[in-house]
Amino acid sequence: MVDNPDDPRFASRRAFLRSGLVASGAAALGGSLPARAETVGNPANLPPNVPDWSRFLGEGVGVRAYGKPSQHEANVIRRDVEWLTASRESSVSFTPLHELDGPITPNGLCFERHHGGIAEVNPTDYRLMLHGLVEKPLIFTLDDIKRMPRVNRAYFCECAANSGMEWRGAQLNGCQFTHGMIHSVMYTGVPLKILLEQAGVKPNAKWLLLEGGDAAAMTRSLPLQKALEDTLVAYRMNGEMLRPENGYPVRMVVPGWEANMWVKWIRRIEVGDQPWHHREETSKYTDLLEGGKARRFTYVMDAKSVITNPSPQAPLNHKRGFTVLAGLAWSGRGKVQRVDVSLDGGRNWQAARLDGPVWDKALTRFYYEFDWDGRELLLQSRAMDETGYVQPTKAELRQVRGVNSIYHNNGIQTWHVRSSGEVENVEVS
Amino acid sequence: MSRFLSFLVTSGLAAVTATAVAFAQTKPIPQAPRDLGIGRVATPEEIAGWDIDVRPDGVGLPVGKGTVKAGEALYVERCAACHGEFGESAGRWPILSGGEGTLSGHDPVKSIGSYWPYASTVIDYVRRAMPYGNAQSLTNDELYAVTAYVLSLSDIIKDENFELNEKNFTSLKLPNEPNFFDDDRETSEKAFWKKEPCMTNCVSESAKVVGRARALDVTPEEGKGPKVE
Repeated sequence: MVDNPDDPRFASRRAFLRSGLVASGAAALGGSLPARAETVGNPANLPPNVPDWSRFLGEGVGVRAYGKPSQHEANVIRRDVEWLTASRESSVSFTPLHELDGPITPNGLCFERHHGGIAEVNPTDYRLMLHGLVEKPLIFTLDDIKRMPRVNRAYFCECAANSGMEWRGAQLNGCQFTHGMIHSVMYTGVPLKILLEQAGVKPNAKWLLLEGGDAAAMTRSLPLQKALEDTLVAYRMNGEMLRPENGYPVRMVVPGWEANMWVKWIRRIEVGDQPWHHREETSKYTDLLEGGKARRFTYVMDAKSVITNPSPQAPLNHKRGFTVLAGLAWSGRGKVQRVDVSLDGGRNWQAARLDGPVWDKALTRFYYEFDWDGRELLLQSRAMDETGYVQPTKAELRQVRGVNSIYHNNGIQTWHVRSSGEVENVEVS
Repeated sequence: MSRFLSFLVTSGLAAVTATAVAFAQTKPIPQAPRDLGIGRVATPEEIAGWDIDVRPDGVGLPVGKGTVKAGEALYVERCAACHGEFGESAGRWPILSGGEGTLSGHDPVKSIGSYWPYASTVIDYVRRAMPYGNAQSLTNDELYAVTAYVLSLSDIIKDENFELNEKNFTSLKLPNEPNFFDDDRETSEKAFWKKEPCMTNCVSESAKVVGRARALDVTPEEGKGPKVE
């Protein structure tokens, strides 16, 4: 530990010891006890008593044929914001980022965005049509697709409107709502390039149309170059078949690009020589700038990060002492190279520790450990990717784009931590 | 796989190679024969049933016709409940008309008339996704009629007796088309690429809170989420 009494960690150390003494009365053990008195729990289950689960047999195998989280985790769910949209069939639910750790999102918690509700596709009746500027138009069944050479890749999938409600200022109080339109899972699928080779793409081909089989027949135009580079036709997430809400049985995976391109329940791919300019690439998913001009085809998701713990839905309950800041960083241009963390609203920065796999275009976990002395904090994180792109402040972003964009808000998030441990979404000067 | 890689694999260095490849994550795509013999040829009838897309140059327009007048009756019956009688929108459903001249203001209204660049987007979208909850149910003539009426709400078509069809469709132009431009972030936002981001004393004054989410109080309450079994 530090010896300088001016160092905030020194004061923290003393408070730490004091509260330990109060809680336990055992001075010799004080340093290793939690700063917080143990105030929760049923004494009958706590030592020296023996709880029921240690005495009586529990349920046997097979009772939970498909496992679910503990009943005590019932609060860990996707949530939606009712006032945001006119109906739940064309709406969004958000990943509870503050309840998760590591780089992978559990399947049942991946955010949802539907334009015509969840299509319940019977896998026997699933067909993928590939036609247009090809030598041989083809139809594939699900079994056909599963017979093809396949790859496994973890990628983040972020809605272009993630943080879209925050352009004009701090609005939603929780990283689930400010940043929860993202998930990152391990996909299994066929490189689209292999499918295209089967049909034989004609030399004048430049664009593809991706069309979903849902009640919105969602479409996007995809440049052929991206299709040949790393786009996947995926049918598994984290090993199991896609969930219906994530496109069962087959969806597009367009690494690093806005989630709207990742067409779910993909039923048709048409090869053409120009973009289609459909609704989701004109009326929506175009970025209105100051002055009334709009940027289109803004596919790449710029580097971004957020501290997930603490955050408004996950306060610092221990009040002071050893503290781990946990967060996520990602970039649509490649790997996260570095994440910096600020405790004082962006005046001073320290390098965070990247932990776990640092995959290309996937969520990367970071941590920053410190002794909190209980003072108010203005927490920020700043991602930098392998191309040298540095996540901008919200002010820098508004300077170049105005506040009417809705999409592609990757500005630095600030959380205000009070001495009580309570956390609020704020904006700072 | 290159000859060099093949050599490594066969000579017992496979593990090293595999690790490097796994972390790169993007390579290699398996080398499949160009013809795997998987899948079958799609027939013209199958393609015709699913190929419903329309482009700005008119490619994909179905054969059909409909007037503004005929479209009005259909619109009132099947569209107005959500979009409003004049495209002004009911509640939070998408607005179809109005908002001209608002795009550079504080509260931009992005309607077909004020924002959308192409009329073809309207007929394509109605054809694939509308009416909401009963998609792909309109006949081609109904499709042209409703599209004509919707475009008339933004004065793109002014005569209620105007008959829209696949031959005259591409003559319709939307006023905001010139205001769209391709993604240029890598040049216009070049300043976001930095060699060394600032680490200490980056701003002289200490940070002040200038906005708070709680002031708005629009966040869903904890425990009020959808029920879970």
